[in-house]
Amino acid sequence: MSQKKSRGGAAGAGDDAEDLSRSPLQAVLLADSFTLKFRPITLERPKVLLPLVNVPMIDYTLSWLETAGVEEVFVFCCAHAQQVKEHLEDAGWTGQPAAREMAVTAVESHDAISAGDALRVMYGRGVIHGDFILISGDTVSNMSLKDALQEHKDRRKKDPLAVMTMIIKHSKPSILTHQTRLGNDEIVMAIAPETKELLYYEDRADGSHLCVTIDKDILASNPTLQLHNNMEDCYIDICSPEVLSLFTDNFDYQHLRRHFVKGLLVDDIMGYKIYTHEICSSYAARIDNFRSYDAVSKDIIQRWTYPMVPDVLSFGNCHEVKLHRQGIYKASDVTLSHSAQIGANSVIGNATSIGEHCKISNSVIGAGCCIGKNVIIHGSYIWDNVIIEDGCKVSNSLVGDDVHLRAGAIVEPGCILSFKIKVGKNVVVPAYSKVSLLEKPSNEDSDEELEYADTNSGVTDSPPFSSMRSNAGRPAVPSKDDDLGASETGTSGVLGYIWASSDTGTQEDWRQSIAPIPKEKLQEMQHAVSVDDDNGSEEDLNNRQYEQDHDGDSEISVVEDDDYTKFEKEVEETFQRALDGIHEDNLILEINALRLSYSLQHADCAGAVFYSVMRSASVAAQSTNDNLLKTTADALAKWKDLLRNYTKTVDEEV
Amino acid sequence: MPDVQPLVSEFVLKLKRRKVEGSHAVARQTAELLRSVVSQHRMGSTNQAAALADAIRSVGEQLISANPIVGNIVRRVLHIIKEEDISSTAVGIEGLSVTVDSDDEYDSGNDDHPTLSAAVLASHARNALRAPSLQTLLDDIPVSTALSRSASSTGDSDGKTAGDKSLKTRKLKHDVIAAIGDLIEEIDTCYDQISEQAVELIHQNEVILTLGRSRTVKEFLYAAKEKKRSFRVFVAEGSPRYQGHVLAKELVEKGVQTTVITDSAIFAMISRVNMVIVGAHAIMANGGVIAPVGMNMVALAAQKHAVPFVVVAGSHKLCPLYPHNPEVLLNELKSPSDLLDFGEFSNCMNFSTQDGTPLLNVVNPTFDYVPPKLVSLFVTDTGGHSPSYMYRLISEYYSADDLVVQRKSTS
Repeated sequence: MSQKKSRGGAAGAGDDAEDLSRSPLQAVLLADSFTLKFRPITLERPKVLLPLVNVPMIDYTLSWLETAGVEEVFVFCCAHAQQVKEHLEDAGWTGQPAAREMAVTAVESHDAISAGDALRVMYGRGVIHGDFILISGDTVSNMSLKDALQEHKDRRKKDPLAVMTMIIKHSKPSILTHQTRLGNDEIVMAIAPETKELLYYEDRADGSHLCVTIDKDILASNPTLQLHNNMEDCYIDICSPEVLSLFTDNFDYQHLRRHFVKGLLVDDIMGYKIYTHEICSSYAARIDNFRSYDAVSKDIIQRWTYPMVPDVLSFGNCHEVKLHRQGIYKASDVTLSHSAQIGANSVIGNATSIGEHCKISNSVIGAGCCIGKNVIIHGSYIWDNVIIEDGCKVSNSLVGDDVHLRAGAIVEPGCILSFKIKVGKNVVVPAYSKVSLLEKPSNEDSDEELEYADTNSGVTDSPPFSSMRSNAGRPAVPSKDDDLGASETGTSGVLGYIWASSDTGTQEDWRQSIAPIPKEKLQEMQHAVSVDDDNGSEEDLNNRQYEQDHDGDSEISVVEDDDYTKFEKEVEETFQRALDGIHEDNLILEINALRLSYSLQHADCAGAVFYSVMRSASVAAQSTNDNLLKTTADALAKWKDLLRNYTKTVDEEV
Repeated sequence: MPDVQPLVSEFVLKLKRRKVEGSHAVARQTAELLRSVVSQHRMGSTNQAAALADAIRSVGEQLISANPIVGNIVRRVLHIIKEEDISSTAVGIEGLSVTVDSDDEYDSGNDDHPTLSAAVLASHARNALRAPSLQTLLDDIPVSTALSRSASSTGDSDGKTAGDKSLKTRKLKHDVIAAIGDLIEEIDTCYDQISEQAVELIHQNEVILTLGRSRTVKEFLYAAKEKKRSFRVFVAEGSPRYQGHVLAKELVEKGVQTTVITDSAIFAMISRVNMVIVGAHAIMANGGVIAPVGMNMVALAAQKHAVPFVVVAGSHKLCPLYPHNPEVLLNELKSPSDLLDFGEFSNCMNFSTQDGTPLLNVVNPTFDYVPPKLVSLFVTDTGGHSPSYMYRLISEYYSADDLVVQRKSTS
């Protein structure tokens, strides 16, 4: 309205930036994660509509896009498309265009089974004209896109091959952090420090150890590169329209990171480049699994996502929430018994009643819940209209809508109770179990990354009853144990199927659940890391920066091979003697002999010798980095001839 | 009402997202929004003032729920309606002569699209303000033509009596719109009026201390500088947003001797200071001040060394509430990222390792409450006042029954 006068400066600058692009800023929001990680809940409701601190995830993403100045959003719905559309309508995102600065359009497609398919459909529609933001509907952020967009546009002007800018975030350089915070694997990226070009991207999906194989060409063409393992991928990408056509050209691209990003990086024929943009003070994270659901929820409660916090961001149908001391958020008409203790960092939704002597800490409780007496809830996420009777105990679990826990039921850490589950009296739901009214699809195809079940085949039967005794063991037992016959709701049992842990085995359970990682597992991880540390290279693990010299030969190859390590040791010893004054020719002779006795290649020799050279240099100068670099350069200059002996071809010389 | 709903919800959204920040921008935009609400309000035939007040209340409720700081302006507008209602009944039929002018106002108000630009509105307001001079020109237009025109334009009445009523209605509405226009002007010009008093307060070779950045303080100091006063300013940087750095830059550009200090150095420096001049977020009815965080510390330091603590604020920052209720203190916790870098501390937020309870908590409040006994003087656009006089000033601007903005039907 009156921006001309009052806040003209800031608004004007923003407008100018947008004028450059001419076309309105668009965004493609994937309202489907194309993964199975949130099963069984996602069988009944799409992931983007799951409440995150009592607000559906997609509302966070959409309101961020609106704040960031996006003018047109295409919401790509696949699984449960109808539900997503209804929600968009209800929450006022679609319809009444005058009220919003951002137009939201739902795009529906039922045969897309991956992000790649979704983008191909978007290309087919021909609605994307300029640069667009690619984001999935489960991302929470408060960053300002202005700088990143500007950077992207400037780069595009200079180099039309820069098709994508990836938003990354710095995180504390600790091997454990990725795992413990977001429950996903560590990502290793190689980035050119000046241009911010992404050269290498590897998420450790295979769980392999600290072994990074970088193509020699990358080292050859870039004078410096930084290897990062302290970056988090925010899964927010600024893409040029070429990205869509790339997906169409390469119809085997399915996964955004695994196929597309890696494919582009490997493919040097087209020469497309991907750049990165690091955000510093703002927040961005994607909810990928239950652990990141937990972590992001807590970040929201701790207000890192401001202004996307419960007491500020309330949507049409949500009620006002007030922030009290110690980070307790309470809706206006909560019925709270005097003797109930609400601990720090808790959220209590509208029209929820909490009985006497309850203890609630670090938990989120939705709207319309009814909680009896002496209930203990810790670190859990209770969604809407849940009934919890007296004396129940819920810890570190997720409890879906309309669940009914009868008196004395205990839900152990890491459980997921999907919608409308009824848990009988004094039943103990064992740790890490996932309970749903729907049967686990038996013909599960691990290749297909679908969020939804084949609705035609899976849900036809009336919900069968399965029961579980209170002393049942770990859920590694078969999933469909309806051998005990139909047990009624009142008896001691759980109404619904208990899903066996997925094919990956129990190992995955603790990795990605809401529950804190067990102590022993943590110790194991810590131990594993420290062992890796010892084996690893001399460089600092956190921020390994290899400065490559003008004519230096660098090859990072940690090959797990006994013979080779022995050989390396021998070479090193020989080399040590050489340092003491043996003539170079003799040294070459000796190393050649060693090579023959271990039957190895010339390249291996080069590796071993180089290792020894580096070793001697690092032994000589342990003090500072500068010193190290200098002595390394000296050593390399000195032993250049020796190395050249083994690196015959230019390729090997790199 | 339905016509303005999109406009209202857009503004509500802006407030919620905290896109509009700073008390001046919020106050101004709220007043403008309420003016367009009034101008688009379809007047009923009876009890217009109450209906209008009700409309404002319903909008005000929405706004206040989005961000409570707009409450003052809503209350001011309600008070304006009441006053105009009283005056219009007193003046009676004599006010009719203005109708031709306000007729245009009304029509355009109805026809214009909801996204009526501020410039258009402002020009209307200016027209309205100039009404008395136009009135003399238009006096000889027969009343009957004006009546028939208005009757056809509103379309909800055709009898002569109904026309008479609609005239009265428009008279009220016109007055209200004009008064809101005055309010907006007052919000815009409060800086000038406040800074006119600068020379009387800032003396030669004095040392002034301020915290953070307030536009009112800036204008105040500028005005003193323009009057050839030579003085020095200590600027406390105002962590965590460090607005003091911005102020220091601006002051230096105007040629003011400026020293930047950290917030923690305030107590050490206060003994050399002759006067503390700060801005405010809101002035409460008891004379207490809601101000950017850290202000209480400054006030206490000033009291300890008997340095005058002067608060400069426009009269739109007067708030008729008392700070008894903690909710009135309106503190807002911002993101901890102002204080800490999320990346550096992400390992402290490791929920999965310590039983799900984070060991690190960061609190980043925006406001501080300074009790009235620590304030020496308020400088508003109406002059200097002591804290104990604030309640009197407030009763001039607000009517007592508007303190709780809520529609009567709901309460």
